[in-house]
Amino acid sequence: MIAHAIFFYTFSVIAVVSAIMVTASKNTVHSVFFLILDFISISCLFIMIGAEFLGMIMLIVYVGAVAVLFLFVVMMLNVAQQKNQWFIAKNSSGHIPVGLLISTIIFFELIIVIGGWKYKPDLFETSNLITNEMSNTHSLGQVLYTDYIHIFQISGMILLIAMIGAIVLTFRQREGVKKQSYLKQISRERSEGVEVLEVASNKGVKIDD
Amino acid sequence: MEYVNIIFQETYKILFLLVPVLVSVAMIVWLDRRVWAFVQKRQGPNVVGPFGLLQSLADALKYIFKEIIIPASSNKIIFILAPIITMTLALIAWAVIPFGVDQVLADINVGILYIFAVSSLGVYGIIMGGWASNSKYPFLGAIRSAAQMVSYEVSIGIIIINVLLCVGSLNLNDIVIAQKNMWFVIPLFPMFVIFFISALAETNRPPFDLPEAEAELVAGYQTEYSGMMYAMFWLGEYANILLMCALGSILFLGGWLSPIDLYPFNLIPGAIWLILKILLLFILFALVKAIVPRYRYDQLMRLGWKIFLPLSLIYVVLTASYLFYFNLLPTT
Repeated sequence: MIAHAIFFYTFSVIAVVSAIMVTASKNTVHSVFFLILDFISISCLFIMIGAEFLGMIMLIVYVGAVAVLFLFVVMMLNVAQQKNQWFIAKNSSGHIPVGLLISTIIFFELIIVIGGWKYKPDLFETSNLITNEMSNTHSLGQVLYTDYIHIFQISGMILLIAMIGAIVLTFRQREGVKKQSYLKQISRERSEGVEVLEVASNKGVKIDD
Repeated sequence: MEYVNIIFQETYKILFLLVPVLVSVAMIVWLDRRVWAFVQKRQGPNVVGPFGLLQSLADALKYIFKEIIIPASSNKIIFILAPIITMTLALIAWAVIPFGVDQVLADINVGILYIFAVSSLGVYGIIMGGWASNSKYPFLGAIRSAAQMVSYEVSIGIIIINVLLCVGSLNLNDIVIAQKNMWFVIPLFPMFVIFFISALAETNRPPFDLPEAEAELVAGYQTEYSGMMYAMFWLGEYANILLMCALGSILFLGGWLSPIDLYPFNLIPGAIWLILKILLLFILFALVKAIVPRYRYDQLMRLGWKIFLPLSLIYVVLTASYLFYFNLLPTT
């Protein structure tokens, strides 16, 4: 499996380097592009281990939708020229220890999980998941909609609530905004659009809208 | 040595797919202009070659010899990358399109998701081109286009779910074989109409060509591009349109199946049927371009989010309940 190894190391090197570049690049828009590259190489890694459904969903959801919104926000805020040299700037250095602490904790958690997976396989119940006959998508659906249906529904509910919350927080009724009524425009007749008036001299016509 | 052989074989197969796709993109541009002209009682391109067939080649030659101008204040790497990404994404999606039972480059299990993912990545070419140009018209065009493509993708995704409910597999060949008895255009006709209109919006075709609305935005995201880079945007756009036509014919018109399963029609290879169906859909695309005026931006968004999305969601519920009630759900 030389080819497999070559592809694995290519994708993982791209993923790690682009993850570093997300924080290190000076231009925020470039950071978002590196984030997209990171997502893409991680979904390639997913596909390589046989989780093709997860890889594709990663592409569709994160790259196709979430990162587009990221790009929108970053481009609109006009922070492209901001100098965020995090390793040089004085005033932002307070965040670095906190960030380092959090990333160390996440790193050790990952080591524990992966180490447990490797050396103590009976730690997790994976018997339902692994079947060789069904495709990846089928087995995922069969587990998700039977054993974990309640968790699945609850996570859907949480997402729905988050969506409604975001709409409520940003929604504001503005006064004096002219709206175009779609139905009114289509159902306009000639008789109401044109009016012939007798205009008296020096009086003018009052047009009400 | 083994790897070299595999690589050689695969390259041969890829070329066998890509060269016809690129040639047909050139031909389809000619067909588009020709249909457009005939609707308006004009002749269209008819000078270069027989019936003007070589017009696109002449255009391509002209583009190759034009100078590529890169604006001084642009973001140069991203500016150059944008047309390359558009073109690459439009071409790699063809890898999973089946032209026959086993005539497919990559017969993967999640083929439809792959096409959906690649077409959702297509927005990056436009957004990068618009932003890197560092000019207001391209930027406005890119923002419009991104919003439009993201919104219509949602309804296309839900329409695909409708089809998948009837098939029970994400493999494109399985989707085609599931239509052996009846093409999905008959039970899912409303979805076919919505898919067609969403495909128009997804590929930025008229009446939804707001990203390049020449009256307001000069040419949208392409304003600063010239020469071969402009031509690459243009080729990518038409390859995407062809891809959407192919997707529509696979999802609803039975892909490579022949319309009548009788003796003389069976002999014609599936690839020909698929090409004929793609052409049919493309001529519809071209006719729509000629006869429908452009939408206003708020109407476009309203159509996508307030009409197509609820309608296709309702149809998902209807399809699922029908299949469940009559016990027709596909089993594996």
